[in-house]
Amino acid sequence: MVTTKIKREGAVLFSEYYRGDGIRKAFTMSRQDILAEIKESKLKGRGGAGFPTATKWMLTAAAKSDVKYVICNADEGEPGTFKDRVLLLEYPEVVFDGMVIGGYTIGAKEGIVYLRGEYSYMYEWLQVYLEEMRKENLLGKNILDSGVDFDITIKMGSGAYVCGEETALIESLEGHRGEARNRPPFPVSTGYKQKPTTVNNVETFAAVAHIVMKGGDWYKQHGTDKSTGSKLFSVSGDCKNPGVYELPWGTSINELLEIVGAENTKAVQVGGASGVCLPKSQFDRTLGYEDLPTGGSIMIFNENRNMLKVLKNFMEFFVEESCGQCTPCRIGNTKLLEGVEMIGRGAFTFGYINKLKELGQTMQVSSKCGLGQSSPNSFISILNNFKDEIFNNGFGGRNGK
Amino acid sequence: MENKKSQRAPVSQKPHVVEKPTRVGTIGGKVSIEINEKKVSVPLGTTILEACRDNHIHIPTLCHHDDLCIAGVCRLCLVEVEGMRTLQASCAFPITSSLKIKTSTPMVRKARRHIIDLMLSEHYGECYSCVRNNNCELQSLAKEYGVDHYTFGHVKESIYPVDNSSYSVIRDMDKCILCKRCVRTCIDLQEVGVLEAINRGDKTKIATFRDKPLADVVCINCGQCINRCPTGALHANDPSDDIWNAIDDPDKHVVIQTAPSPRAAIGEEFGLEPGHSMTQEMNTALRRIGFDAVFDTNFTADLTIIEEGTELISRLFKALVEKDESVKLPQFTSCSPGWVKYIEHFYPDYLDNLSSAKSPQQMFGALIKTFYAQKIKIDPENIVSVAVMPCSAKKFECNRPEMWDSGFKDVDYGLTTREMAKMIKEAGIHLPEMPKSHFDSPFGDASGAGLIFGATGGVMEAAIRTVVEFVTGSKTEDVFENANVQQVRGFEGIKYFEIPIGDKVGPVPELIQHLIPNWDWLKGAVLKVAVCHGTANAKKVMDDIKAGGKFSECHFIEFMACPGGCLGGGGQPIPTNEEIRMKRAQAIYAEDESLEIRKSHENSHVIKLYEEFLKDGPSGHLSHKLLHTGYTKRGKYIA
Amino acid sequence: MLVLEKNALTAEIEILVEKYGNDRSALLSILQEIQKNHNHVSDFAQQEIARLLDIHPVEVFSVISFYAFLNTKPKGRNIVRLCQTITCDLMGKEAVAKAIERELGIEFGDTTKDKKCTLEYANCLGMCDQGPAMIVNDKVYSHLTPEKAVEILNEIK
Repeated sequence: MVTTKIKREGAVLFSEYYRGDGIRKAFTMSRQDILAEIKESKLKGRGGAGFPTATKWMLTAAAKSDVKYVICNADEGEPGTFKDRVLLLEYPEVVFDGMVIGGYTIGAKEGIVYLRGEYSYMYEWLQVYLEEMRKENLLGKNILDSGVDFDITIKMGSGAYVCGEETALIESLEGHRGEARNRPPFPVSTGYKQKPTTVNNVETFAAVAHIVMKGGDWYKQHGTDKSTGSKLFSVSGDCKNPGVYELPWGTSINELLEIVGAENTKAVQVGGASGVCLPKSQFDRTLGYEDLPTGGSIMIFNENRNMLKVLKNFMEFFVEESCGQCTPCRIGNTKLLEGVEMIGRGAFTFGYINKLKELGQTMQVSSKCGLGQSSPNSFISILNNFKDEIFNNGFGGRNGK
Repeated sequence: MENKKSQRAPVSQKPHVVEKPTRVGTIGGKVSIEINEKKVSVPLGTTILEACRDNHIHIPTLCHHDDLCIAGVCRLCLVEVEGMRTLQASCAFPITSSLKIKTSTPMVRKARRHIIDLMLSEHYGECYSCVRNNNCELQSLAKEYGVDHYTFGHVKESIYPVDNSSYSVIRDMDKCILCKRCVRTCIDLQEVGVLEAINRGDKTKIATFRDKPLADVVCINCGQCINRCPTGALHANDPSDDIWNAIDDPDKHVVIQTAPSPRAAIGEEFGLEPGHSMTQEMNTALRRIGFDAVFDTNFTADLTIIEEGTELISRLFKALVEKDESVKLPQFTSCSPGWVKYIEHFYPDYLDNLSSAKSPQQMFGALIKTFYAQKIKIDPENIVSVAVMPCSAKKFECNRPEMWDSGFKDVDYGLTTREMAKMIKEAGIHLPEMPKSHFDSPFGDASGAGLIFGATGGVMEAAIRTVVEFVTGSKTEDVFENANVQQVRGFEGIKYFEIPIGDKVGPVPELIQHLIPNWDWLKGAVLKVAVCHGTANAKKVMDDIKAGGKFSECHFIEFMACPGGCLGGGGQPIPTNEEIRMKRAQAIYAEDESLEIRKSHENSHVIKLYEEFLKDGPSGHLSHKLLHTGYTKRGKYIA
Repeated sequence: MLVLEKNALTAEIEILVEKYGNDRSALLSILQEIQKNHNHVSDFAQQEIARLLDIHPVEVFSVISFYAFLNTKPKGRNIVRLCQTITCDLMGKEAVAKAIERELGIEFGDTTKDKKCTLEYANCLGMCDQGPAMIVNDKVYSHLTPEKAVEILNEIK
């Protein structure tokens, strides 16, 4: 069994909580009250996109349909992210309770956990856990004699990063290729099997369970005005203590680096392969929706790392993981990777690299889903922020000198 | 059934469900929006693309096609919508609230140019060596956006081998831009399900099951994918070089038969608007190219009506009067080779319902190398028989091993309308300027009934015109105004029609007296018929028959593989859409009405053929040898 | 494939269809179980699944080819997936990869002659805090060193 030492006991998600607490509390509240608390908390989706959870739930709750679904997005594929693994293995109660609360609030009877194929080792164990919840009548028919029916099934992914995109995830659940849908319509009205569906990140459900227990106002006291609460950060790379940290929003990169014991840091990649890469000069920036919104992946690179190699690894990842349906993402990423390889060989012109950066900007606005819209981020930020190293310090070859 | 289908295509490709208007500005099911700072009002749920087109704003598209569901994958139709961070695909964005749309901003133009550049970077080949040169949507877009160099390079070597295993459809995936029109055609429009995207990311490509050659999978050769492919990635297997060789060979007697649909569409290849019939101009052009004789396939269409109609009457007689339970009803038409292969693959248990009558093309083939060869005293060995068809499946049909009933390959080459136009152009002829001329004897000009075979419902209408007169003895004109059976016309997917026979029956015509003693057994009967086109509709009808539904009680059903019937065939000029198909149908029906002879049994050449050659009459021994055939239980399993 | 094997496979798929339903949304679950039991989804299995779910075989093939953990050609009894994404890469994936290749005598993407092992790269396994990491079938191993990785592979059957 995979274990993780939580690196820092957090004030919010890792605060005291017992299985069923949130559910019991929720059943004493009306659906409107729960929505109001979540709204009060200003909770935003923790997967990275940061859509207000209250709005998503209100829309799903308001959609007229006998059948609705709650889907927990556990397709944690962003390079450098592993907080969901920790939550599911060590704090499953907050996640599943959050789903039950979601089901009660929006009026869904079915919850589905879409668990990435790479996490298949936790499947059996989670099943056992769900069975225990059923025995305690925290799942199933007439939960805790409240009249609420809700059950959770676990569906496995099969190795496709793009299925973390919510509509691709739904396509995959429906037995299709994980290709993102056109939006509108959004899942809140037309989701899984065409029914209203709320898809939330593992961490979002965990946050909801705590918010229901302790109130939106309590939650809001953590973090900043626009970025309330705390965030789980998956920290990896060149530091003494990689792992999952719960930190309030508003923490600066410098502070984070100190907490995790990073030395001689040259660069910090915030938000995984699809995020941005910051040089030393920007380490005073803060994590949060005001400045650096992120799903929580923090990768630290020290002075010895070759940033072009890092970028190449990212671009290879996207070329492979693009679903391939839309032109800008399918071919665009290939072109960006070719550009990186050209730089590596020293066979490039600055004119062409600049054209590729422009292409990256086009991909950001023209791709069909978030994958293609964010995949050029590393390309643009690494080439801009580390141009001295890449183009002027020998790595650039003949043309680069 | 609807339900099952909705599971097929990704939901993103389904028409959007539009909810009731909730916002200000959405009064009376209309929304007022701004396109390029001009206020317009559009019906709720209109896509941005439709709204722009209605307001004469051109938006480039590639993956969008009027006949197909929405994909939103090429990303060329991007526009700016105020308040949105990213550009929106106009084809996939239903308008449900007041939007401010801009269709030509620097960001939009740059994005579109980038996307074209990206496609060109992976689009192997040169335009001048491509079958779609000058009729390629990618080429037009490159021109429209002033592409004069390859910004992101251009693939220099072929990656995928050309799949030319099929007699009908050739796949050249080096030219594919992954718009998935062929996938949506094959899965949604035709429900054949041969093509899908495989792999992902940069490895994505369109493939068959296990990437097998097209000839080894359940492809029905309908060629609808060709008609919708924006580039040269899909095209028909062109035999025109062999035909030129035959024409140039002084020892060969090269004859050509022309189906009804090509003449209604070939004008489009010469820049005419859809809907111009070119029958007699084409006759002249074909002779000038060097064909030794030009025949009208409508002649064998008329013959088909006699043979297939006789078969139907025999089946009805055996089933109703002789109570022969081995007789299969409803009888299915067999003139569409795409449909024939479809039923062989997907409903092999129903092959006995198929009429054993060959298609008009193959009937003609067998007659040319027997009757005609004897008549003009030429060794059939030296006759090269060509057929101009609106169809790609006809290429497969003429290569079926059983189609050698004359002792030779009955039809040597199937040629599409597009390939015919190319040959005419190659001979330096501008078709619309040709003087008119008639078809050659001994088959001459045929009836209007044969002509309307080209449109969905045409075979049924032709059959009705004859059967009504055969059975009731009264004129078709007395039952249907001007002998136009409107009930079986039009592009509705499945049409159902009942013809009450009434109490008055006529004498049995001499032609079929050897089969039926009298018509008394049909007194008061109601003849139930149905017409469907497009194999997706055929599937619905077949599933209904399997389930013992309404269509299982029909007596006669016309099936055409292609949407619109033959006039929408896979060999017809590109592009295609419902409006174009409608115009071709109008041209066919107009020509039918202009003709003097409009019923198959009134075609004097047909009557003469029975007198001189097929002496034992319809369904007789010789006609069975030459004009009828059998089918193969193919099934779906791919080894 | 022998007729008996085919019948057994059909029966197996029928049971799975019973379990997950004959709706297309059951497709991935069915494919995952077939993959697990047979290390691949054969041509025959694909067509049987298509038949029972009333979809086209090419659609089943299309879905399989999309997902990294599904395949149509037989692989080894054990599938070794070494993470190739950035953090594991930085932490010494390359040395681990070379050691495994040397030890098994095959390259990544290949299967050993005795069908014991198939070597593959995987994208981020979510073990970035403990890299380099690899998954052998359903078991995950982290903090790999070349020596440790080889030891693990020697222990599997």
